[in-house]
Amino acid sequence: MKPITGIVSATVLLDADDVDTDQIIPARFLSGTTRDGLGAGLFADWRRDREGRLREDFPLNRPEAEGARVLVAGRNFGCGSSREHAAWALRDAGFEAVISTSFADIFRGNAVRNGLVPVEVDAAAHAALTANPGARVTIDVTEGTVELPDGGTARFTLDPFARRCLTTGLGPFEFLLSHLETIARHEERAASTS
Amino acid sequence: MTTRPSPRTLFDRIWESHVVVPEGDDHPAIIYVDVHLIHEVTSPQAFALLRERGLPVRRPDQTWATADHSVPTRFEKGRPAFIDQAARNQVAALERNCRDFGIPLFGLGASGQGIVHVIGPERGLTQPGRTIVCGDSHTSTHGAFGAWAFGIGTSEVAQVLATQCLLQARPRTLGLEIRGDLAPGVSAKDIILAVIRRFGVAFGRGSVIEYHGSAVRSLGMEARMTLCNMSIEAGARAGLISPDDTTFDWIEGREEAPRGKAFDESVARWRALATDDDATFDRTASFDAGTVEPMVTWGTNPSMSCGILEPIPTPCSPGERAALGYMGLEAERPLAGTPVDVVFIGSCTNARISDLRAAAGVVRGRRVHPDVQVLVVPGSAAVRDQARHEGLDRTFREAGAVWREPGCSMCIAMNGDRLQPGQLAVSTSNRNFEGRQGPGGRTVLASPVTAAAAALAGQVADPRPYLEGGTP
Ligand code: SF4
Repeated sequence: MKPITGIVSATVLLDADDVDTDQIIPARFLSGTTRDGLGAGLFADWRRDREGRLREDFPLNRPEAEGARVLVAGRNFGCGSSREHAAWALRDAGFEAVISTSFADIFRGNAVRNGLVPVEVDAAAHAALTANPGARVTIDVTEGTVELPDGGTARFTLDPFARRCLTTGLGPFEFLLSHLETIARHEERAASTS
Repeated sequence: MTTRPSPRTLFDRIWESHVVVPEGDDHPAIIYVDVHLIHEVTSPQAFALLRERGLPVRRPDQTWATADHSVPTRFEKGRPAFIDQAARNQVAALERNCRDFGIPLFGLGASGQGIVHVIGPERGLTQPGRTIVCGDSHTSTHGAFGAWAFGIGTSEVAQVLATQCLLQARPRTLGLEIRGDLAPGVSAKDIILAVIRRFGVAFGRGSVIEYHGSAVRSLGMEARMTLCNMSIEAGARAGLISPDDTTFDWIEGREEAPRGKAFDESVARWRALATDDDATFDRTASFDAGTVEPMVTWGTNPSMSCGILEPIPTPCSPGERAALGYMGLEAERPLAGTPVDVVFIGSCTNARISDLRAAAGVVRGRRVHPDVQVLVVPGSAAVRDQARHEGLDRTFREAGAVWREPGCSMCIAMNGDRLQPGQLAVSTSNRNFEGRQGPGGRTVLASPVTAAAAALAGQVADPRPYLEGGTP
């Protein structure tokens, strides 16, 4: 995973709460056996109408969304299914961060493990972003700050381990693998007590 | 002097016995996984990761696989009617991965096959005090037995395959007391929909919900599974119920359950896991199930629901207005009476034998409405076989419903069983998100008896007049 310490980018505003993973990547895109190419299915049923035509009014389809790497969305982003495909699809479509006032538990973990920064800000900071759709932001992952379009700076928290994973590109896998002996001892202990 | 150990919750006990490395300043705890369940959709990329790194599966003896999400529920000329090559490849990849890594597989056509959250308990793998994970958010179902069970992403599936462990920040505990006596025609599905309506879809975020109280105790195991299943729809990764005699009786005699003296010893151990009366939760809430009516959803998330005879509430947010618009429904009128195109009786929420019995009880001796397509999909091969044994498949068929082979089917609409754009379904599944049951499809979530009533009436209908041989 590529380390990610800072992002400077325009934002795309998706002004909806409780965006579920079935919208982020509909189930019919889950039939593959690799993690590639899922960007094509990102928000598929919101991006296109039933005849398959692009909906011009959908924020991700507007010309100014081109190249934006930060998505701004409403509360409880990523609720629903555990499909990591949601994080893969966002990454594949070029997103490096999602800013919201809250994230669903499973999605947040999936995001971090794929170099997608879950930026949880307070309502005031969120309002500053929704009032300025498309505005550029500067996200400092190491410091946990976002520079807002109104000139203010918002803080966001990441647990120290998530921050380390994002900024070093080293994941939990390495951490777990470095504890295999301790895991074996736990197994022996558990076997002797049950 | 002896000091009494401090009161603890079931969750505290499971957590403590599964910590391999405690939480540190800069890392979450390492937690041991007792049972790892895998399926075809969220595992192929995990196996690819193992292959890339040349890693073995650490405990194939603690890993079980089934094919459920993309499998067809129909056969043509004796062969499974896959929707496309991708679905066939996905199931083939699971078979190959299980063979290469030595993992037992309950594959398509096998007697142990079924929806992953139906077969875990059925085999007796789901036992009190265990940690159970699966690359699937409805893993919360297994919490009904007092197991800490939760859904994980595919990267985590790879981690568990390789190390049998996961990194976990300790979740908070949320004690939800559910009291009151259920009215006739009201089931666990109605309770959990009413709970989610009352407390919202983010209520359980960061928490494990332990359901307790008189109404919970009175539920059978399958109803308890329905309750815990939809914890994720309340925002919690896991739901729990302290084990009791109902739990132990259900487990006894199952394939993977301990036998004889070992079973008695296990029961003693399991009993001691239950939350102490004076234990405290990080948060608490209380809910009266006595006033719950049969529930139906009118919107596009599971909190947007109301009683079957109650008018749909006036939307009070842009999201609710959009949901009502998507559903093509009008506020301030009851949902009952809305024409229905499809009825789906299935899924890990409501496709166990008791669910099928309840639905069959409504349709027995009657005909489904000619304008409604009714699909009944048993949760597992074992449920299918038991239903056949009881003649339930015949009851459904004679009523004009379509009886299928086990799988997730129209709950997730990956296998070809799906709604056409604009169609409205009454479904016993768990998610009414836009397009969940097929692009442009509209889902009304309900209990098995409410779904069965809709099948007969051709419209959303109150199930109560149909119960116990009544004539509506
Ligand atoms: S039945 Fe539906 S909710 Fe349950 S595991 Fe299958 S797809 Fe997921």
